Amino acid sequence: MTTPAIRNDWAVMAIFTVAVLTAPLWLAPIGANYPDLLQKFAIFGIFAIGFNILFGLTGYLSFGHAVFLGVGSYTAVWSFKLLTMNVIPAVILGTVMGGVFAVLIGYVSLRRSGIYFSILTLAFAQMSYNLAYSVLTPITNGETGLQLTQQDPRILDGPAGEGLPSTTLFGLEMSGYSGFYFCAVMLILAFYISLRIFRSPFGLKLQAIKSNQTRMKYTGFNTKPYLLVAFVISGMFAGLAGSLMAVTDPLAGAERMQWTASGEVVLMTILGGTGTLIGPLLGVGIIKYFENIFSALNEATLHAFFSFMPDWLANVMVAISSQFVGEGWHLTLGVLFMLVVIFLPGGVMEGIRRMTAAVRNLSKQKPTELEPKEAEG
Amino acid sequence: MAAGQLAGRQFPSISHLTVWTVMDALILQLLNGLDKGGAYALIALGLTLVFGTLGVVNFAHGALFMLGAFCAVTLQNVLTISKKVKDESITFFDAYKETPYLEIWWGDTGAAIIDWVVPISIILAIPIMLAIGVAMERGLIRHFYKRPHAEQILVTFGLAIVLQEIIKSFFGANPIPTPAPDIISGSANIGMMLGLGESLVYPWWRLIYLLFAGVVIFAVFAFLQFTTFGMVVRAGMQDRETVGLLGINVERRFTIVFGIAAIVAGLAGVMYAPILPPDYHMGMDFLVLSFVVVVVGGMGSLPGAVAAGFLLGILQSFASMTEVKAILPGIDQIIIYLVAVVILLTRPRGLMGRKGVMED
Repeated sequence: MTTPAIRNDWAVMAIFTVAVLTAPLWLAPIGANYPDLLQKFAIFGIFAIGFNILFGLTGYLSFGHAVFLGVGSYTAVWSFKLLTMNVIPAVILGTVMGGVFAVLIGYVSLRRSGIYFSILTLAFAQMSYNLAYSVLTPITNGETGLQLTQQDPRILDGPAGEGLPSTTLFGLEMSGYSGFYFCAVMLILAFYISLRIFRSPFGLKLQAIKSNQTRMKYTGFNTKPYLLVAFVISGMFAGLAGSLMAVTDPLAGAERMQWTASGEVVLMTILGGTGTLIGPLLGVGIIKYFENIFSALNEATLHAFFSFMPDWLANVMVAISSQFVGEGWHLTLGVLFMLVVIFLPGGVMEGIRRMTAAVRNLSKQKPTELEPKEAEG
Repeated sequence: MAAGQLAGRQFPSISHLTVWTVMDALILQLLNGLDKGGAYALIALGLTLVFGTLGVVNFAHGALFMLGAFCAVTLQNVLTISKKVKDESITFFDAYKETPYLEIWWGDTGAAIIDWVVPISIILAIPIMLAIGVAMERGLIRHFYKRPHAEQILVTFGLAIVLQEIIKSFFGANPIPTPAPDIISGSANIGMMLGLGESLVYPWWRLIYLLFAGVVIFAVFAFLQFTTFGMVVRAGMQDRETVGLLGINVERRFTIVFGIAAIVAGLAGVMYAPILPPDYHMGMDFLVLSFVVVVVGGMGSLPGAVAAGFLLGILQSFASMTEVKAILPGIDQIIIYLVAVVILLTRPRGLMGRKGVMED
């Protein structure tokens, strides 16, 4: 199921690298080529790729993945505060801390499976979120969120100049396109790791756990360490994504750990296609792009859009569609999500697969072609 | 309490007094916990009922709770549709005040109806919630019986988002105060009633809520235990296929069960409206906790859900006492999840989970 038609991994990597690095060019026609959005694509792409390693390969649905995102952010901001504004230590520390938390939470949660696993991860996420808001305020700065200040020691940087310093990569400021390219390089790296995992014997074992864990155990195979490694890897991806969030905007708040944030990554992965390499990235792209477009729309723009209709019809259309844009973007998201789960459980990737299969059948005029039937229902 | 009364009584010694204050605080927290537990138990009950019969993990159940609360809000909005009426009591200038039509038409009776909006909406909420529940089951949930649990979770999660956003677009994002009737909006002096001292007071409405939760829980259990319908449902929970083979239309009964679960959640919501002004995300807030409650109680066990609901409610309110927080800071924030983790790790099936339900 995870082996696409292209066999040559290096070709995949080359195409992917070029596609990511030239994203500002080919996304220009749809107006998605400004750095803020591109950074979001890359960061959530890493998050979703990591989540997919756990959920897509092993089938363990974690509802608390945002914890690692939050931990990564907090760690990165602390690294900016205490060590240096250079992003390298921040990213490394954020990833490592994500991994450490994943070891702790994963070790406990993975003793159960199915919905119990989901609830356990959710419980840990809510605990972390609540603690970050209340008792851990000295570390997390509670509701205000962790921010840089003028008084931060920054022992590696030496005396600070006027105003708040910005994040740098050895002097190169991490804002705008340079920030995007830093995230893009991380995304390519993350994608490469994910590709290697999908193709490795380790990845195969994870898929075997998904399809029948009991059988794996009966053959004398201890599944636990493999699950834990998968969980930790995906936690580290989330930590990396979290620290990149801090890199592009040195701020960290507890709401990044809330369960709605965990729900969002589940949504992106499902929408794109669970267990596929590209799927989660497509999901991220679709959701973040339309979030951007739809939240920006308002009644005035809608009126302009429907102006070709007769007045009464235009008013009706505006009244209906205005529920779905701006503030109502979440409604669109919910409807979209339901439609995908109901009609296309495999996500966009399954849609593409069905379409190519249909086109191929049409061109060959042989409906009984030996097409491997997979991912049905 | 009058001073003369005090003088007539022997003053308790200092240590005696502290014992009473501690007792008072404990009883108060117990009541608080039972109250919160009542809400958890009612939601968890419906959740478990649906899971045990239909085998569906319904993440939209919290939304049903929220819809119930908004039944009360809607009725309140409808009843208080007003027009501007000249205020006769002010004679210096022309003053107008908003007066609901009901008051204009029926005077004091109309005012009383508006005052009693929350109890009245209970009657309104039952058919509405039944209709919503049946529509949900027929329209969506039915098609997900055979799908994996992950997909059920996801589609109902999506439905919950949709419902909550619809409510948000109609009622706005702010909590809407829905007061209880005036006559019971005060506090009851429980201390006096039980002879425990004077300082123990508790809002009437919360006591009523507790009673109400007890009655509803009892009614659901009695319904399942003593009626033929209930017997079929219980048999269906045990072995759906066999019941179907006996020529009983299980599907249809299960639709009604879903409706009942929706009613229970909705009623819990209506009654909770005066305690917590309803807003669009209250369902989600309660859902996460109720799921923890269901899992702690054991998936598919009705007594487990009720017991766990009250247990977690009480634990939560005791953990929020200042004395406890002084020893373990932050414990009130995490106690429920902590208990859930401990119970799931030591008792994999939860407190009273049945064997073979949701085990891998």
